[in-house]
Amino acid sequence: MTINRDIVITEVALRDGSHAIGHQYTIEQVTAVAKALDEANVPYIEVAHGDGLGGSSQQYGVSLTDEMELIEAAVSVCKKAKIAVLLLPGIGTMKELRQAASIGAKMARIATHVTEADVAPQHINLAKELGMETVGFLMMSHMVPTKKLVEQAKLMEKYGADTVYVVDSAGAFLPHEVRERIEALRQALDVNIGFHGHNNLSLAMANSLAAIEAGATKIDGSVRCLGAGAGNTQTEVLVAVLERLGLKSGIDLYKMMDLAETIVAPILKTPQEITRNSLVLGYAGVYSSFLLHSQRAAERFNVDSRDILIELGKRKVIGGQEDMILDVAAQIAENPISVKK
Amino acid sequence: MPKVKVAIIGSGNIGTDLMMKLARSDVLELTAMIGIDPESDGLQRAKEQGYEVIDTGIKGFLAKPDLADIVFDATSAKAHIRHARLLKEAGKKVLDLTPAAVGPFVIPPVNLGENLDAPNINLITCGGQATIPMVHAVNRVSPVNYAEIVATISSKSAGPGTRANIDEFTQTTSRGIEEIGGAKKGKAIIILNPAEPPILMRDTVYAVVEDGTMDEEKITKSIEEMAKSVQSYVPGYRLRTQPIFEGNRVTVFLEVEGAGDYLPKYSGNLDIMTAAAVKVAEELARNQLIVHQ
Repeated sequence: MTINRDIVITEVALRDGSHAIGHQYTIEQVTAVAKALDEANVPYIEVAHGDGLGGSSQQYGVSLTDEMELIEAAVSVCKKAKIAVLLLPGIGTMKELRQAASIGAKMARIATHVTEADVAPQHINLAKELGMETVGFLMMSHMVPTKKLVEQAKLMEKYGADTVYVVDSAGAFLPHEVRERIEALRQALDVNIGFHGHNNLSLAMANSLAAIEAGATKIDGSVRCLGAGAGNTQTEVLVAVLERLGLKSGIDLYKMMDLAETIVAPILKTPQEITRNSLVLGYAGVYSSFLLHSQRAAERFNVDSRDILIELGKRKVIGGQEDMILDVAAQIAENPISVKK
Repeated sequence: MPKVKVAIIGSGNIGTDLMMKLARSDVLELTAMIGIDPESDGLQRAKEQGYEVIDTGIKGFLAKPDLADIVFDATSAKAHIRHARLLKEAGKKVLDLTPAAVGPFVIPPVNLGENLDAPNINLITCGGQATIPMVHAVNRVSPVNYAEIVATISSKSAGPGTRANIDEFTQTTSRGIEEIGGAKKGKAIIILNPAEPPILMRDTVYAVVEDGTMDEEKITKSIEEMAKSVQSYVPGYRLRTQPIFEGNRVTVFLEVEGAGDYLPKYSGNLDIMTAAAVKVAEELARNQLIVHQ
């Protein structure tokens, strides 16, 4: 039986949420969450290290559990839901993509910085050959004007992506900016358009709705906001809001609320909220996974983590450059005044 | 002094930068630049400089094999697989600047003298040339169980070859970290940053040493000495800060400013690759000239 869905939600807590818990997912947690999401009729569940396949590293954080084992665990308990994986060329390789496909991943989301789509064709082609559904995932979309975004999205479409996502990795977009970009993509592309938000400015829901109004049909959410920074559009809330709008997500609202409360909430040491640091991520336009790294660096060098994040924003640091955090923290510690203004 | 004749296949960023460096060599004489696009900037410049220009690719060179004894390949990993075979049949010595990894690896300050007899020598990647010396510098003091490198280069300095080869970059660099750097396990990450003005090439090396072997003083000294060795042929190579020691892990922050030969100074990644290639070729040429005398 196929479910008719107006909006297709991908649940990212088991990938994006990996950042929020320092990549410490256990097989038990992933199994329990994936099983409950499947029972709630969530169509796609993303599972991987926060920085995608192959992300387990000194640079981003070492995974407690091998991500392939987590993917296998999720696949094993999903009757209908498809497991998606994220891959950032330059971090992960086709080898990991093949491995993920061989153990049952059905969707490949190939992520590049918004100006660098041309590192993705090899990986998109391979995903297609492996029979996977493909997504071109343009990260840090807020850093470029709409015209550039359209140009890069068209490349993703040309490489064979079934869907192209506007990814607000920093949670920096305002709703009118999202609307303008999705409208432009809607006109320029034939493929599906998606939106992935972060709630650092408390705008993930507003931005997701702006995206939907402008023609996006694929939206990412994280249950209980279990994602990097202040988390993503909160999935169970999105399901409720879509219902109020008369749009079908196909997801069971009660089951979604229950799993959020009883299965996902206990995974978080503290509930996700917009702390001063996550607020600064959105305000300064910095990659959301920098949150915990900058807090650690601030402690180590005895500086204000907000200063580190603001400085990283000024230097136009992009996703994946976690090594810049220590570097900038050390510089602020050495010379606090020159960096400040 | 007699010189050894060399040619370059590939008229992109790396090939063109290499062309400019070879013009300064005492022992190498660039004779020909080989490409497939007569309109490319590299072939245009080669023509202006008076080098023989071949725009029909490797076939054109194989028709005139006496042009060079040593051939630099600056195309792409995929193309190199085919070139390697054809050049071997033609009896040419090949220095491979793609991450194809057909031949043995050479990182000048670590193993310059080794593998000179091999018909095909591979220079790993720009990230490998910048970071493997540091892995080796740590490993010669304390055994490295795991080394990871992150190379961040400006988008502008990453041409289509680099972009099409991004998996080969990480895989070949990882292998080089193990085989030449000496780490038991290696991992490489590459990031392309589009910021304007373009950023200098930056590299971060994380090395995790065996329990109980960390010697901060000796490692710091070894790293500083290694930086000097690399600086002898890449003047813009430098340590950004003192190494950071945390438990069994040492982190080294590097920056590579280019010589500004073809692309501007931000492209340290081109520089370190082409400078290493010239260094190896000059070593080969000197040996060859001695043998001939």
